[in-house]
Amino acid sequence: MTVSLTLDGVSASYGKTRVLEDLSLEVGAGELVSLLGASGCGKTTTLRLVAGFLAPDAGRIRLGDRDLTRLPAHARDIGLVFQTYALFPHLTVLDNVGFGLKQRGLGRAARRAKAGEMVERVGLSGFADRYPANLSGGQRQRVALARALVIDPPLLMFDEPLSNLDAKLRVDMRVEIRRLQRANGTTALYVTHDQEEAFSISDRVAIMDRGRIMQLDAPEVLYSRPANAFVADFVGFDTLLPMRAVAEAGDAVRVRMEGGATLDLPRSDWTVPAQDFLFAARADGLLVAREGAGIPARLGLRTYLGRAYQYRCETPAGELIANGPLSQPMEPGETAVLIPNPEQCCLLPAET
Amino acid sequence: MRRRIHPALVGFAALVFLFLLGPLVIILGASLSNTTYLAFPPEGLTLRWFENAFEISAFRRTMVTSFSLATLGTLLSLAIGIPAAYAMARYRWHLPRFLGNVFVLPVLVPEIVLGFALMKSVATGLDTPIYTTLLVGHALLVLPYCVRVVGASLAQFDFSVEEAAVSLGCPRWRAFFTVVLPNIRGGVIAAFVLAFITSLNDVSISIFLTGPGVSTLPIQLLAHMEQFFDPTIASVSVLLMFVTVVVMALVERTLGLTFLAR
Repeated sequence: MTVSLTLDGVSASYGKTRVLEDLSLEVGAGELVSLLGASGCGKTTTLRLVAGFLAPDAGRIRLGDRDLTRLPAHARDIGLVFQTYALFPHLTVLDNVGFGLKQRGLGRAARRAKAGEMVERVGLSGFADRYPANLSGGQRQRVALARALVIDPPLLMFDEPLSNLDAKLRVDMRVEIRRLQRANGTTALYVTHDQEEAFSISDRVAIMDRGRIMQLDAPEVLYSRPANAFVADFVGFDTLLPMRAVAEAGDAVRVRMEGGATLDLPRSDWTVPAQDFLFAARADGLLVAREGAGIPARLGLRTYLGRAYQYRCETPAGELIANGPLSQPMEPGETAVLIPNPEQCCLLPAET
Repeated sequence: MRRRIHPALVGFAALVFLFLLGPLVIILGASLSNTTYLAFPPEGLTLRWFENAFEISAFRRTMVTSFSLATLGTLLSLAIGIPAAYAMARYRWHLPRFLGNVFVLPVLVPEIVLGFALMKSVATGLDTPIYTTLLVGHALLVLPYCVRVVGASLAQFDFSVEEAAVSLGCPRWRAFFTVVLPNIRGGVIAAFVLAFITSLNDVSISIFLTGPGVSTLPIQLLAHMEQFFDPTIASVSVLLMFVTVVVMALVERTLGLTFLAR
């Protein structure tokens, strides 16, 4: 049975501080959606509201056709995986995994059989009688995962589950989490501050800031087509230039940037969203060349990236970072142009 | 490489040990002395003063009172102290900070004052039975130990473990008993021991609250000393020490004294 999770106009606050503002979100049946953002953006608060550890000021939370909003936490039937694993230190691996089954009134034999099976599924057969203190971080996280999965919950939630693991294990575990979630077809909500983790594991990612969702989309869309300056900055567009369309220039739009320099953007490649807009680019999207139609620049410090050279460039609009080909190294002090690549840049509506 | 230790340091350390252990040795010696007055070094060896301690009915009676007071007072104090410590650890960010200090007040107020205040307000004010007043007094006396030691245990406890239990379908009240309590067991036992011993050895509160017919062992010891200055006093002291040492040793064996130091 797979169901969808719906948050409808949810607001929450700690004391007088509003931490969530009219947040709506739908996680489709069997879908994995990540909440991504810096600490304090409200992602963990959202998860705790769904879990029932916090009560919303307003709004509704539904799981399938069940209204969770006023349901006590222990009656919500949600599998939770915590950052600190939160295993029961006084219970063995098998009893940790069997805990939820015990709460559901399963007999000892049935419980041990089912928990044992799940312990095996997460690759911990042979560790069933160990205590959490005698397990490595990765093994603990597997126990936590098994414990949440064994109750066969309609919703799984993860609160930064991998941030206490080392880099290699993180990659292995996120593949494992995705595999198990897919295999069970469980709807999942995943909280993380790690962009790579969120993008690699999720069907869709919600980028959050100050209690609001800034954009909710597939990772590919977020990465290449951010909807606003916040998301663009978040996914690594390090150049954000305010621009204004000033004239027609044949089949191009002439735009002026701060500092007075102008640039012609051919209509075939670019769609200018408004008269005032933001030009967003990564270093890869600005090509350093000796001549061409681009932003005039004087080259500064050059660094070697392996796949390209990266330059700090002085332009009329300020310092920009751009990449140039390895085949034509250029020297600091030379004048150049920075040619925007329409595939890797985007034009965003100006912030109001 | 062996570190050279300055002889003066060795001498100083020896003096500290002498200072700490000397009185205990003297009392132990005096309790064995075959004289009718306290003598050290003991003149002749006998166990009759220990026998005497159990033969004097006042000592027998007050031993029972002291042990039952220490047990019940400690349990009463834990019944208040554990929920208080839990609330303060769990809702640390939501509760005013002075609350933690309120529970330590009985340590800060001189015990004499506490005893006197209780006598005025409870014993004479409410006219409660002596034993009940003593019980309240002792529970209050040991409450700071209970709150602090259990609190130290709870400070190490990851409350997401409790949330994990709740998310798996365990109601909160049950999660406290099945998940929280087993994991702060050491702290609870340590608190019990500390409180028990403190209550057992207390003089300054009890002296105000004891009355006709009901007394505690240390108070009886004082009363006895005013009339007889015989080695029975020493033997009772040795017995009290013995109980304390045995309890400490048991804790050390099962949990390690680190629980007390924490």
